[in-house]
Amino acid sequence: MTAVTDDNATEAGTGRRRLMSRNDSFIFAGLVLFGILGPILFPNYTFQIAVLWLMVLFALTWDIMGGQMGYNSLGNIFFFGAGMYICAVVQVGLFTDVGAYTSVSGQGDFRFTPDQYYIGVAVGLVAAAIGSSLLAVALGWIVFGLRGPYFAIGTLGMALAAGELVGAWGWVGGGSGIPMPVYPGSGDGKSYFFYVLCFVAAIATFMFLKWLYSTRFGLAINAIRDDEDKAQAMGIHTLRHKTVAWAVSAFFLGIAGGLFGNMTGFIEPLEVAFPTVTFGIFMVAMALLGGKGTIWGPVLGAILFHFVKEATWTYFLGWQWVTLGAIIILNIIYFQQGIVGWLQEKYPGWFGIEVDARAPAKAPSKGPAQ
Amino acid sequence: MLDNLNLLVIAPYLGVQLLLDGIFIGAIFALAAYGLALVWGVMNVKNLSQGEFVIMGGYFAWYMSTYGIHPMYALPVAVIGMFGFGWVVYKTIISRVVEKDMFTSLLATFGLAIVIQQGLNLAFGPEVQVAESGFPTHTIPIWGGEITVAAIRFYSFLICCVLAGGVVAFMKKSRMGQAIRATSQDVRAAKVMGIDTEKVFAFTYALNAAICGAAGVLISMIWVIQPFYGITHSIRSFVIVTAAGFGNLAGVLMASLGLGVVEQYGGFILGAELQQATVVGMLLLVLIWRQVQMNRVRQAVQ
Repeated sequence: MTAVTDDNATEAGTGRRRLMSRNDSFIFAGLVLFGILGPILFPNYTFQIAVLWLMVLFALTWDIMGGQMGYNSLGNIFFFGAGMYICAVVQVGLFTDVGAYTSVSGQGDFRFTPDQYYIGVAVGLVAAAIGSSLLAVALGWIVFGLRGPYFAIGTLGMALAAGELVGAWGWVGGGSGIPMPVYPGSGDGKSYFFYVLCFVAAIATFMFLKWLYSTRFGLAINAIRDDEDKAQAMGIHTLRHKTVAWAVSAFFLGIAGGLFGNMTGFIEPLEVAFPTVTFGIFMVAMALLGGKGTIWGPVLGAILFHFVKEATWTYFLGWQWVTLGAIIILNIIYFQQGIVGWLQEKYPGWFGIEVDARAPAKAPSKGPAQ
Repeated sequence: MLDNLNLLVIAPYLGVQLLLDGIFIGAIFALAAYGLALVWGVMNVKNLSQGEFVIMGGYFAWYMSTYGIHPMYALPVAVIGMFGFGWVVYKTIISRVVEKDMFTSLLATFGLAIVIQQGLNLAFGPEVQVAESGFPTHTIPIWGGEITVAAIRFYSFLICCVLAGGVVAFMKKSRMGQAIRATSQDVRAAKVMGIDTEKVFAFTYALNAAICGAAGVLISMIWVIQPFYGITHSIRSFVIVTAAGFGNLAGVLMASLGLGVVEQYGGFILGAELQQATVVGMLLLVLIWRQVQMNRVRQAVQ
């Protein structure tokens, strides 16, 4: 590890990476425009575009830990599932008995009035966000003594265990899952309603992280990535920073989980709530594809990945998984710094990184890939 | 759950049955875990496709048994086939990530695992398969009950012992084994001494795949295989290696037998649907235990 961290140490010396603010706002405006016009221009793809925003959110939240802090988690999907279940339990539990509801799979005399539905969603999403963050704080005590591969394996185990345990927990429906309360209104109305929520969640995540990375906290977690022991020696309370960073990503992932559960209308532990080998690995792949440790990388990676995924689903049906696995391998082997990382290396000026032409070109040598 | 515990107390012979099953299964876990420890120790690659190699080996046996060939004959075929496969994987993928940091190898092998899973799924379908060995099952009366021991379990245990002994002898005596051990101690020094470390790496990885292939053949005969069961095997290997450390064959062996037994008991007491959760739970427990251990000397587990 030492050689790698040294690279990062020199890189951190060149100052914080930033897209030039004008470029920034142009791209951002373009994205927002696409977000608003997307469902109007392509009404048939509203659900797909909503999932795209969730993917952006996934990649961004993974990057807090993996890119900015150097803790590569394979189990962040845990908070997605936790949020989904918390939201569902709150939505149902506010107005009726959860055990009775799940024992008959929502069949029978369970009606939610529109008011009850909207209140349920609102309270459920807040509870999902806060509940996931609290879980992150609690689990932080367990996993943050692990480094490198052990952290990755430990978090992976956590997500797998959660799926199995929820599957055996009868009160929340066990392996047969929970059917979500039905949206009071038309199908189109439902997809627009959740589209807006997903869009707002993704944009809010982006804005919040952009602000977060510009604060002292952002510098501190970068210091942890570059050399945790030195950061500690400099007086950074590393455990506290790591826990907060994880809680932030859990907060947004919890919201994403609550939204996705309501969008699909039916939640189940292994495939929907804790899909470790699909969404769980996608979020890593997306952040790496775009370039981890940058703010735009995960966004770009998520958008590209989602399009590639949808294309392979359409044109290579049956082979889609093999194709995706191959993409992950190729990305890791040949293109580890990701798209934005590569651009940063090639055109550091665009990112506000100054390279002294007289000095041997060395400073941002490796990009954020570590 | 309490009922099952009670059952164990009333009928102690069930406990003996579980213990025996655990040991027979655990011996096979030891093979895959030793392979992982080898690759981890020599080239610092965390191979997350370990379980998929095992399952691939199993499909050799199952595929041959569908043609009426006894799955036992698949053992040499799987060993040779997987050795070749491992070599190809090394040359195409692993050789490019050896020099990089650990997460790279972890993720690259995870991608490989997905490709293998889905490839097997496309080729053979998602059904759970067993390679029937056709050996008899014996019942042994004990403590007012009787336990059943399938002859194939006993044979597979013997084969495990022979294979493990063979690998150890190979590592100790042969020229290549010496080179592997030298490389695991210090790659640069080994290079200076004229060892072709690239070749050693390739051989180690291929050997690992071959060992996993052999383990898979045995698993397919005494247990079940399915394209997506690989990840549990990978996690088992990680549990064992994390608990035992690498370069410590006795530790790997004890941890494997222990895990096999714990898994059998866990599956029995908590119910079969929680058997997988037991394995993953063991992983978390081992990691926590290692942290507590390292905390005493103010170190992180890395």
